[in-house]
Amino acid sequence: MGLISEEARKMIGASEPPIQVEISRRDIMKYAVSTEQVLEKYLNGDEAPPMFLFGALRPIVPIDQLGPDGIANASLMPELPLKRVMAGGTKVRYFRPVKPGDVLVATRSLADMYEKSGSQGPLIFLVYKLDVKTGAGEPVVEETQTRIVR
Amino acid sequence: MPKFADIKPVDALPERRFTPTNVSLFLYNAAIWNAHRIHYEETYTKEVEKHPAIVVDGPLQGDWLTQTVLNWMGDDGTLVEFEYSNRRTSYIGDTLVSGGKVEWVNPETREAEFSLFVRIEGGEVTAPGRAVVRFNP
Repeated sequence: MGLISEEARKMIGASEPPIQVEISRRDIMKYAVSTEQVLEKYLNGDEAPPMFLFGALRPIVPIDQLGPDGIANASLMPELPLKRVMAGGTKVRYFRPVKPGDVLVATRSLADMYEKSGSQGPLIFLVYKLDVKTGAGEPVVEETQTRIVR
Repeated sequence: MPKFADIKPVDALPERRFTPTNVSLFLYNAAIWNAHRIHYEETYTKEVEKHPAIVVDGPLQGDWLTQTVLNWMGDDGTLVEFEYSNRRTSYIGDTLVSGGKVEWVNPETREAEFSLFVRIEGGEVTAPGRAVVRFNP
């Protein structure tokens, strides 16, 4: 199909500068309520639900840097002929629970991109690797995220 | 609470129903800091991105998949692996049902694998998933 240009393909392997995130009890509690958790440890913010980091590590950018769709222009998004972005899927290994007060260091890279034919037209898959460690280098989460562009 | 020794393949996990609303989707997208307009602005969602209605976030359904196992397991173990994908889009007004079953149990490692789903009530699976948990000694 040839939707991915050579220029876009050169971004495979690129990574963002590591970001440091301080985990707050209140952020965990907000996430727990909004996802309709039932376990007390999550509702009280004593521990973060496994998917909490998906939100906690999203980029925070000025409003004028959001696109017309409302999404931040992510630095690891190549120039593509398709424009509508959807969350694809996630594969995660968990090494240690995340708790309030944790200071985590996350590094995100663009590991792969490829095309597929969908039932409603062509799709481009962008595969990101996310590596989250404590400040001391202890592994917390290793995650592969897919975004689908249609 | 389940006892590890009693868990068998094909055991079903309790099903749970979710009916996302404008309020619940607002809170979720605020909590994850996501301003994608398909989750709160109906005119844009229909006219620009051509969806029939406000879109329920895929990762929110991913969270519900993890809860299918975690709520059943309580404090008896920890999640060690989880994967899911968003196969169909679901929209505000849909009732979604989460569930799953035990696929295998390894007595040596005290691990068990589960297949998981979120589906539209009476309809298709929107988010299939898989989880491995390790039970406490």
